[in-house]
Amino acid sequence: MKKKYSFFSVLKNSLSYHENWKKMWRSPEPRKSYDIIIVGGGGHGLGTAYYLAKEHGLKNIAVIEKGWLGGGNTGRNTTIIRSNYLWDESAHLYEHSLKLWENLSTELNYNIMFSQRGVMNLAHNEHDKKEIKRRVSANKLNGIDSYWVDKNQIKKLVPIMNTDNLRYPVLGASFQPRGGVARHDAVAWSFAMRADEMGVDIIQNCEVKNIKTSKGKVEGVETSKGFIRSNRVGVAASGHTSILAETAGIRLPLQSKPLQALVSEPIKPVINTVVMSNAVHAYVSQSDKGELVIGAGTDGYNSFTQRGGYNIIEDTIRAIIELYPVFGKMKMLRQWGGIVDICPDASPIISKCDVKGLYFNCGWGTGGFKATPGSAHLFAYTIAKDEPHVINAPFNLNRFISGRLVDEHGAAAVAH
Amino acid sequence: MLLINCPYCGERDQSEFSNGGEAHVARPKNPELVSDREWSEYVFIRANPKGIFYERWVHTHGCKKWFNAVRNTSTDEILKIYKLGEEPPTLKDFKNTPKTPSGEPKVGSGNFAVKKL
Repeated sequence: MKKKYSFFSVLKNSLSYHENWKKMWRSPEPRKSYDIIIVGGGGHGLGTAYYLAKEHGLKNIAVIEKGWLGGGNTGRNTTIIRSNYLWDESAHLYEHSLKLWENLSTELNYNIMFSQRGVMNLAHNEHDKKEIKRRVSANKLNGIDSYWVDKNQIKKLVPIMNTDNLRYPVLGASFQPRGGVARHDAVAWSFAMRADEMGVDIIQNCEVKNIKTSKGKVEGVETSKGFIRSNRVGVAASGHTSILAETAGIRLPLQSKPLQALVSEPIKPVINTVVMSNAVHAYVSQSDKGELVIGAGTDGYNSFTQRGGYNIIEDTIRAIIELYPVFGKMKMLRQWGGIVDICPDASPIISKCDVKGLYFNCGWGTGGFKATPGSAHLFAYTIAKDEPHVINAPFNLNRFISGRLVDEHGAAAVAH
Repeated sequence: MLLINCPYCGERDQSEFSNGGEAHVARPKNPELVSDREWSEYVFIRANPKGIFYERWVHTHGCKKWFNAVRNTSTDEILKIYKLGEEPPTLKDFKNTPKTPSGEPKVGSGNFAVKKL
């Protein structure tokens, strides 16, 4: 790694008022052809390019991004990371990712501010309680640090929570101490920087319009900067993946919906863990700047407006204020929406398809950020070897024909 | 949030309605003769266009009747509402079909329902 960030480099650059830091990555014009093209410059796409270059020794790679790096869902999530999923397949997938998160700052020599402050999933009724206890047991069998915590323990962890005096009282929760949050921009930037160092071309402001195929093989992509040839194309374009797939004649089982989040004015530390509740649909954490980061739900209809409906925010805020009356007078600073691609079984797709050389990494729905390094690592493996890794093999496209679905509607935090 | 013109009750707030996904999806007539792949298409795969989308809505907290709508998913503009059983309008009826795939400003998000082009 060439560009090291260290105490001395900060000191040195402070002498020139931090005006002479080098650009983190080049902005090359696209070449005529590449060995591999990754469509989508978010965390998943950039990470894929990074692992392709680093672990598989492939150099002639381009990442093509419509807007700017990390400007899609990578920069629009609530940065929650956890791996407490119910089924073995998903537990392995998300745990693989969590293990990579734990070492990512060191590996990339870039502080992604991964903070393992724990993630709590609340139970509000007897059914929730049974489901969550079942999930905790399943997690334990898969070696994931998940515990059942009762009301008193919750009170100790989050003293500001109103557990009794509300319509759906808090009965307990699952807690994963290794879960947490990370700085999402830094994830995209650091993967981009390290991939760029290894020769990956990162092309921004270049929209892929069409995936060109012939005789069941990929030939390249038609972009706003002309045709780029490649016989291997990996698509990691989240909400727009199904539209690109259609240009190659493939129909994916995805539906795109806006998912919203909002951020409050910054306050002193009041909540030092991540608290999620599926039943009343409210989840909240506090960023290092002191803002409350609040996740809302998806709209009930397909849409590509990165905005979302107001009623969704209203529902979430109502639940937040009931759970934390102390937040009642806070002001919200920003609100935004990202377009998420949701699979019928709420599990992702990391898979080959009928067209040779075309790969998809999509369907992450409302929970793609936590999987960023794991998904990128496995997608890189799938593209390099032209066969899935044992961890992502269950997440193939064929499962919708065979019926071997990985139904994670319970563990996915946002109700679909 | 949308204002939806229920063909039976008139214009109401979207929170009274539930969305039923893509409209005009026909169940295979002879399920026993259909291959797994075709069955999977019917069960799991739905259109997901950025642009003109034919969809179903039900007035859950109103007359409880189903109806169809044509909506532009890139702006959320409802272009036409029609009752079940009526012929769906053809794509030619709508001029402002966005250019696919994105049809949005070169940089940034596609929120041009606000600043209509």
